[in-house]
Amino acid sequence: MLKGHQSWTFASKPVIAATATVVGPDEGLGPLGDEFDIVHGDATLGQKTWEKAEKALLEEAAQRTLDKAGLTGGQVQFYIGGDLMNQIISNTFAARTLNMPYIGIFGACSTSMEGLALAAQLMDAGAAHHVMCGTCSHNSTAEKQFRYPTEYGSQKPPTAQYTVTGAGAALLAREGAGPVVSAATIGRIVDMGIKDPFNMGAAMAPAAVDTITAHCRDLGIEPGHYDLIVTGDLGAVGYAIAHELFAKHRFPIEQTVYDDCGLLIYDREKQAVQAGGSGCGCSATVTYGHLLKRMQRGELRRILVVATGALLSPLSFQQGESIPCIAHAVAIEAGGEA
Amino acid sequence: MMQFIWAFVIGGAICVLGQLLIDVGKLTPAHTMSTLVVLGAIADGIGIYDPFIKFAGAGATVPITSFGNALVHGALEELQQDGYIGIITGIFEVTSAGISSAIIFSFLAAILVRPKG
Repeated sequence: MLKGHQSWTFASKPVIAATATVVGPDEGLGPLGDEFDIVHGDATLGQKTWEKAEKALLEEAAQRTLDKAGLTGGQVQFYIGGDLMNQIISNTFAARTLNMPYIGIFGACSTSMEGLALAAQLMDAGAAHHVMCGTCSHNSTAEKQFRYPTEYGSQKPPTAQYTVTGAGAALLAREGAGPVVSAATIGRIVDMGIKDPFNMGAAMAPAAVDTITAHCRDLGIEPGHYDLIVTGDLGAVGYAIAHELFAKHRFPIEQTVYDDCGLLIYDREKQAVQAGGSGCGCSATVTYGHLLKRMQRGELRRILVVATGALLSPLSFQQGESIPCIAHAVAIEAGGEA
Repeated sequence: MMQFIWAFVIGGAICVLGQLLIDVGKLTPAHTMSTLVVLGAIADGIGIYDPFIKFAGAGATVPITSFGNALVHGALEELQQDGYIGIITGIFEVTSAGISSAIIFSFLAAILVRPKG
């Protein structure tokens, strides 16, 4: 149901019946390594190309999600997914094997929550019994498409971020144990004129702040309503800017704990990841792996996940266009029976 | 002894210039490299790269600016010998060894390993 200008509340409280996360070696070595379902020691996953490896990550995450829920692909009405690759090939090719009716979306790194919000809306509208949403990214495919071939060994500035190799999927059901999706806010495009693809955190921070303030305004709540608000992949640079913007707008973010998935997934002191993690897989694996497990352990009751996306294409930044950014927020609450 | 110090200082200064082009000038690595090559070519064109090499030794010959210098140097030499056609025939005269070995070793590497990008 529409609430305010750009938010939905889900009266039927769709249940996140199962989630699964699959990550690569760097994420496995990070502080959240134990929270993921499958950690691959080999970033190629035994595949011939990086693109096939990325697709395989998602296939595994989707299959593991189905296994956990005790369902087959045929029992899931819709799969909603997207990724960073041109023409979202990782999801499309994975959907070919998953054999579920497929809705492809592109929201760059905001895809995880864009997908979850749409899935919850489909459930709430009574359009499906089960909906799965998923996303994935791979460090080497993102480097190849958006930056330089890895063999080139190009230097990176400290503001750059490290694309997460990982996939996360979630399955929504009408009932059952597990956390529920209670609300979502769809973000507006915010473009502050930043053109540097090695400083995405700074570009995306205003979009995250815009969506978080819109969410609280639409729902008539204060940030203290949540035990935790996390942004998707702002990294150290964007996280600091978001804090500054909250202060500037006199938004009382200090009522809650504010963190960033890009900062949680790696140990920046020990791992060479510059400003932190990024990519579709960043918010997906941290939310579906780490944060939902914390909810199950009773450490968190209500969280707001704000996945941030930089909607540039390799062509647009080569032509000197600025980076349009977006953020989508989804509120997740611990389920009554969990 | 002074030659070593100047080689160290000048070679380092060229690299600092390159780093500034990347970090402050926001050039891509490829643009940075091309800029340094062009600077070397211009320096030789106005006749200052040779004295520069005498002064700084490897500090001037090892960085990529020396490649621009070598391109222009070959072209100018052949220009004097063969006239204007020498500009075309001479441009890769001095750099031939570098370019040929880059092609040959890339070929050998491509046979042995399969780059994934």
